Amino acid sequence: MSSIEVLPELKQIIGSLLFAAKKPLTAKEIRKVLTDAGAGYGGPYVQFAEIKEDEIIAAVAELTEELARSSTGLCIAEVAHGYRLQNEINCGPWVRTLLDKDHNARLSKPALETLAIVAYRQPILRSEIESVRGVAVDQVLRNLVEMQLVKVVARSDLPGRPWLFGTTQRFLEHFGLRALDEMPGMEELKRMEKPERTKTFPAMEKELELRAQEALTEDDDESGETEETD
Amino acid sequence: MADLLPNEEYKVNLEVFEGPLDLLLYLIKKDEVDIYDIPIGRITTQYMEYLDLMKILNLEIAGDFIVMAATLMVIKSRLLLPDEVRGPVEEDDEDDPRWDLVRQLVEYKKFKDAAGFLGQLEEIQENVFSREGEHVELGMRPDVGMSDVSIFDLISALNQALDRAPKEELNEIFAEQFTVSEKVDYLLESTKNGKPLTLGRLFRGMRSRQEIVCTFLAVLELMKLNRLIARQDNHFDEIVIEQIEGGEPEPVLQKDEQL
Repeated sequence: MSSIEVLPELKQIIGSLLFAAKKPLTAKEIRKVLTDAGAGYGGPYVQFAEIKEDEIIAAVAELTEELARSSTGLCIAEVAHGYRLQNEINCGPWVRTLLDKDHNARLSKPALETLAIVAYRQPILRSEIESVRGVAVDQVLRNLVEMQLVKVVARSDLPGRPWLFGTTQRFLEHFGLRALDEMPGMEELKRMEKPERTKTFPAMEKELELRAQEALTEDDDESGETEETD
Repeated sequence: MADLLPNEEYKVNLEVFEGPLDLLLYLIKKDEVDIYDIPIGRITTQYMEYLDLMKILNLEIAGDFIVMAATLMVIKSRLLLPDEVRGPVEEDDEDDPRWDLVRQLVEYKKFKDAAGFLGQLEEIQENVFSREGEHVELGMRPDVGMSDVSIFDLISALNQALDRAPKEELNEIFAEQFTVSEKVDYLLESTKNGKPLTLGRLFRGMRSRQEIVCTFLAVLELMKLNRLIARQDNHFDEIVIEQIEGGEPEPVLQKDEQL
């Protein structure tokens, strides 16, 4: 193998991996590359073959900080369980111009709502999405599947074995989310579903009952109460 | 009312992706009423008004809208009865017949808020590119494009315009009939060179309901084709329509292929 004068630092290697990767890289994937490269090239390259994941995470943190400090226009973001090298947000308009991505095609409200319901309640049946939204979601769901933001994750045991839907890796990437639990109120909105597949949401019911009692006892406090739900 | 549009006119086939719950939440927000204490009578009346308008526009009204109308009527009638004679409700023993609906609305509202959060993230991510410079390719899809203004905001604007229009005199025979295609041309002409136009001003001076409805349908059609965008800076502000710069007249055929 070609001889190299000085071995790069771990963070340099990680930096170049992130630059070359076409999708977010997880610490695990980075570790695998280091191990494989050690096995493949041998010699001095073995040095990084035994690196542990937490060392990688530490190196990424260091690299992230250095990138930010040296104003390179690049940054490392945690997206879809991995790391992604991307431009800094305030440089976006120029990149958009370069790539000719200046059209504002955003998802419609119905599409975003359907996505939100799938994200919180997955795996979820189409009929369950419809019962939350109160309207057919056939077309919207089909488009979301086509855009690879939503996918079929399983079939349920119900009669007709209907499909169960869930969000994709691409969903996390599109919205720049590290993981699903980054969505607000994940615990609360998820919890309502827990008791098998029925339409009752005990937690919600309890909350409403409580509110009803409050409303009965203290009529004048109404205005303050409504604000939090808005 | 139903024959406001000439028969031979091509029909604008606009699918409504918003549902009855959206309409109810819209009305609740508009009237600033407490979601936990909905004035059922008033809301039901308004709901029916919107349904009528949607019928005039030939919008595809999903069965769900009719079901909700029936639900509202049931709740309304139950509320009129004194407690003792109401009789048992099928599955629950709640005292207030509105609870089921309220529960559904509150739950849906939470998801709507979550959707708003996703929308904000999406806006931020528009400025973020990784090495491939790839974003999810949304393309010109029938359910994209109405992102800023909901269909109910638009219908509400139409309602105002119709209210302002002078009452039609029955003894007059209309020689002029307006068509949607004519209004499409007119709209493109008057929003040329990025000139913004408020819906209020657009409808001003229009004398017949038929003309207003045709114009309105032309707006919807152009939005669907991604030639116009409607925006509303604050809730219940005037709606402004603008031509999308460089918006290519998209072949209608392509639309069908996607389905």
